[in-house]
Amino acid sequence: MQLNVNKSQPETLFATLVDLRRGDAAVLDRIDLPGDDARRLMELGFLPGATVVAAQSAPGGDPRVFRVDGSEIALRRETARRLKVRPSKKATR
Amino acid sequence: MSECTDCRSCPTAPEPGILQSDARPKAVALIGPPNSGKTTLFNRLTGLRQKVANFPGVTVEQHSGMAELPDGRTARIIDLPGVYSLSPRSEDERIAHDVLTGAHPGTEKPEAILLVLDSTNLHRHLMLAAPILSLGVPTLIILNMADDLRNRGGHLDLPALEAQLGAPVALISARQGEGVERVWEFLAGAMPAPDPIELPVLHDVPKCRQWAGRMGAHASYLPPAPPKWTRRLDSVFLHPVGGPLVFAAVVLLVFQTIFSYAKPLMDGVTWLFEASGNWFAGQIPWPLVRSLVEVVWVKGCGSVIVFLPQVLLLYMFIGILEDSGYLARAALIADRTMARVGLQGKSFIPLLSAYACAVPAIMATRTIENKRDRFATILIAPFMTCSARLPVYLLIIAAFLPDRPVLGRFVSTQTAAMLGLYLLGFVAAVGTARILKSSILKSGRTPFLLEMPSYRWPTWQSIGLRLVDRAKVFLRRVGTVILVVTAILFVLTKLPLVHGAAPPIENSLAGTIGRTIEPVIRPLGFNWKIGIGLITSLASRETIISSLGSIYGMDPSNKAGLRQALRRDLTPGGALALLVFFAFAMQCVSTIAVVRRETGGWKWPALQFAYMSVLAYAGAFLAFHIAG
Repeated sequence: MQLNVNKSQPETLFATLVDLRRGDAAVLDRIDLPGDDARRLMELGFLPGATVVAAQSAPGGDPRVFRVDGSEIALRRETARRLKVRPSKKATR
Repeated sequence: MSECTDCRSCPTAPEPGILQSDARPKAVALIGPPNSGKTTLFNRLTGLRQKVANFPGVTVEQHSGMAELPDGRTARIIDLPGVYSLSPRSEDERIAHDVLTGAHPGTEKPEAILLVLDSTNLHRHLMLAAPILSLGVPTLIILNMADDLRNRGGHLDLPALEAQLGAPVALISARQGEGVERVWEFLAGAMPAPDPIELPVLHDVPKCRQWAGRMGAHASYLPPAPPKWTRRLDSVFLHPVGGPLVFAAVVLLVFQTIFSYAKPLMDGVTWLFEASGNWFAGQIPWPLVRSLVEVVWVKGCGSVIVFLPQVLLLYMFIGILEDSGYLARAALIADRTMARVGLQGKSFIPLLSAYACAVPAIMATRTIENKRDRFATILIAPFMTCSARLPVYLLIIAAFLPDRPVLGRFVSTQTAAMLGLYLLGFVAAVGTARILKSSILKSGRTPFLLEMPSYRWPTWQSIGLRLVDRAKVFLRRVGTVILVVTAILFVLTKLPLVHGAAPPIENSLAGTIGRTIEPVIRPLGFNWKIGIGLITSLASRETIISSLGSIYGMDPSNKAGLRQALRRDLTPGGALALLVFFAFAMQCVSTIAVVRRETGGWKWPALQFAYMSVLAYAGAFLAFHIAG
């Protein structure tokens, strides 16, 4: 799995859901969205510490379906970019 | 009762609870997250005894229905909107919260709650149980999709979960009917208040999820294996190339079926209606009444009723796509287009339902939190080709376009023309959205979240209920609005009396009105007869058919049908102009009324009506001059 974790700037220290290819898994670290939006995502299973797997997408890669906590949720690229992840030990392809 | 202090010890007095429920059925709220199978259970409990209305004061649809309990009493089931939590952020959640706590004015506080959760996704769905159980209202927790759980190797210990939650839990399959007797037993039984061992801090989502996880662990919940068939189907339906192709094929199949394969059904309805109508008219001894029945009912309303099979077919397809889970995939594929015009994904579902009718679509926009996005969606929804336009399109296309194969056997010229008209409405909607979102309704974006449900077989019960419902709505409209407008038109064609007899139609009141507006519509290729039809279609689009049907039907020399008569009155260019006019114009009183109510004033509906009318006129003018 390729993740951009080696860049020097602090804001790119974490990769985001956008960086996941189909089949990649990662652990959600934090959600950079306003309170209500973040809460809605958490209610759907996007909780810090949860494992997220990237699945199919619409043609062109946007929006993409993510598997999290037993559900499949589609997110647009602009939203997926705000969900920071760290690599998962058990990456499945 | 006031003299009697202890009713329970008195053998003749009924129990206080029963006395009350005899007078008024007990109210039970049905709640659950989206995709938990709530509607399927609602249909199973209430069957045909359903009623759709609005919650008082707001326009979120309220479905309620009567359930007959095994002991002969009845319960009123209130189907609340699908919600993920009870924290009141969107309108839906606010209503669910208010109804459950009895804070919603005009809706009685429910005596019990049926909480429907998906047993194949127990941990996430149990998060909703925390705020519900903390209300202290008697609750039955219903774990739905038991068949799915079992087939995919999942398992849980029901008594252990009941003990932890302090509330009865039922494992059912609402689709199969398995385990539903537990729901009946609960409704007829004592309904104790819940007594959970522990509850989490409700406003802390991670804490709620941890709580749900602990509950699942106590019940030794074994999550089911991933849905194999859903994954397989998605690798086709969401394939980068195959996905859009399947999408196109599905759309084509729907239209081709509505067009060609519905023909025998339509012929059957026509024959049945004309034969019975003419027989009935023949029994009437008074000539004027007989001619009224023949012209207004048989020729007028009858020409609309024959389109019932097509309208129902359209609803059947929408129902199948919705219930099977394919609609969410279609929304995913179409999302880029929505994003490009500045609309969010949440606008997609209301817009899709606008293909059936703009009125419920406009009410469904309540789920969009962003007000500017919501108004933009309301303003473009009437451009989507609603089922009231369908009969008009079908009639004109069938009258003017010979049916020839275009792409093999499956796509004919008529199907292609129909698709073109649907596309025209869509392009007008999308273009208008773009203008609105880059000018008066500009706004920031909210995240787009769309859950992909597992694929399921649609049940005939659920589809059938919806079709019965739509057939009733359709026939009611023909029997009220369309019948009244056509009858008024009939009277206007008989007045003023000349030497005690009806005048030639050109000189009647209706004819005069038609000829007065003729100069305005002449540039579009329409004569005064079409003009009369256009005026009556302001009430509802299909009325133009009944009006023309009755105008032509009055002419005894006109033995040929409506199609041949139309061909005499319209050039092909004029026919195209009429189609374009119907694609763009906002001829629907109900839509205007619902937009006024939803936007809180006349400003937006007036703007919308003016904009759509100008577009319709200009479009029809261009079409007539380019084609003619």
